Amino acid sequence: MDMRMKGETLITLTNAGVKSGGRVLVEGVDLSIARGEIVTLIGPNGSGKSTTAKMATGVLKPSTGTVSRKPGLKIGYVPQKLSIDWTLPLTVERLMTLTGRFSRLEIENALAAVGAGRLLHAAVQELSGGEFQRVLFARAMIRKPDLLVLDEPVQGVDFSGEVALYELVRQIRDTTQAGILMISHDLHVVMAETDTVICLNGHVCCRGTPAAVKRSPEYLALFGARAADTLAIYEHHHDHEHHDDGCLVGKHGEHEHPHGHVHHDHSEHDHAR
Amino acid sequence: MLGDFFSRALVAGVGLAAVTGPLGCFVVWRRMAYFGDTMAHSALLGVAISILLSINMTLGVFAVAALVAGALLLLQRQNTLSTDALLGILSHSSLAVGLVLVGFLTQVRIDLMGFLFGDILAVSMEDIYIIYGGGIAILAILAINWRPLLAATVSPELAEAEGLKPEVSRILLMLLMASVIAIAMKLVGVLLITSLLIIPAATARRLSATPEIMALVAAVLGAASVVAGLYGSLTWDTASGPSIVVAALLIFLVSLTVPTARLFGRRESHGA
Repeated sequence: MDMRMKGETLITLTNAGVKSGGRVLVEGVDLSIARGEIVTLIGPNGSGKSTTAKMATGVLKPSTGTVSRKPGLKIGYVPQKLSIDWTLPLTVERLMTLTGRFSRLEIENALAAVGAGRLLHAAVQELSGGEFQRVLFARAMIRKPDLLVLDEPVQGVDFSGEVALYELVRQIRDTTQAGILMISHDLHVVMAETDTVICLNGHVCCRGTPAAVKRSPEYLALFGARAADTLAIYEHHHDHEHHDDGCLVGKHGEHEHPHGHVHHDHSEHDHAR
Repeated sequence: MLGDFFSRALVAGVGLAAVTGPLGCFVVWRRMAYFGDTMAHSALLGVAISILLSINMTLGVFAVAALVAGALLLLQRQNTLSTDALLGILSHSSLAVGLVLVGFLTQVRIDLMGFLFGDILAVSMEDIYIIYGGGIAILAILAINWRPLLAATVSPELAEAEGLKPEVSRILLMLLMASVIAIAMKLVGVLLITSLLIIPAATARRLSATPEIMALVAAVLGAASVVAGLYGSLTWDTASGPSIVVAALLIFLVSLTVPTARLFGRRESHGA
């Protein structure tokens, strides 16, 4: 049992779900994030990751269940992709104050913290993918958020950049004690530092530490056995079970396990409860 | 000074340009050019309805433009036709309905050309009060809401996640555009209003490193277009509204020759 720093609970979702136009986007999500904790949502496209994140941040109201947030919770958001049109002249310095006012010193410090100090006067359109991601991290962090939401943070970044960004996430967590909610559809992007991985497919398929989720039959059924090999966790794994039913578990109800089943908890120590 | 028609035209035009510059930047950033055109085309329908119901024309035009914007928002939610096609339908049908309605208004004589192309030389003192009163209100609303408006423009989802209301920003911009159209219609006409929104802003882009500077430069360039256009129309006896647009175009073309590459957005070469 690891003894990661556990602080106050920032967000708790209890049996939360969203319906839109009679269609269930996601349902029955239990999830909580505490200070200093990293929670990663994985799942295929349309599995309800973004919907779940939006419930957590308060953009979407749950149609079933409850969501409670620490009063005055401040959120920093790193978007999945942000293409800024050439017509909008925007320097890094200006981007830093997009949603709030900060002093020059605060801006310089925030950029320096992500190793982007020399980009202060650069136009955002001229940044490389990795540089831009760093600047977006700095922009989210300058708000001193309680919760940092990262939507597919390493998309479009090469492998070494990916490792560096994960290091940055870890650093941010350690120095600021912010809670971190990561969204990912790419299985590479489950970092080993994640406390809890929640695997979604319209509902919570399985959850636990990265190592536990990787071995879980539900995860393998959802992503296929090969996916386990690509899940980036630093340990050997020859002990997983293979499922014959392949990787396609699309719609609700066709799922191998029946509706209303109890989902397995694979961690000895589940932060989400 | 405001005694003669030419001075009044200058004052009115410069006042309008001060508003269309900054607002036009949002039109360019958010790719709302066609949307602006659609709202402007509906202005003629607003004129016809104002006369039919005998209400204030500025209010009538504003109301119809705002209704068209609302109709677009509703139609977009249907998720059927593309926004482009919807705008095409709204734009031309509102112009056509306006023209047909105007044809029925036999009891009043309407200077159709004046509404289509504007008549800035016929501006009255009352018009100037409306332009400056409305203009100051629009600029104040823009200034107060600048940060959320810009954040919503850069990324609605980011703005929303960090507690802003991008949908409100969007509606606010539409209403501001409807107001500008209502104010500007008399000056440059239904067909040319969007040019004052778009051309100065597009010209300003190459000369600006931040959104705020771009808004300011667009206002100044718009005012310069008005002055140059009006003097040009006086000199060569050309139509005043179109002359202003031609002046704005010429300034835009000249700006293309100014080498701005690497003028802004350079990186610091020394280590930070």
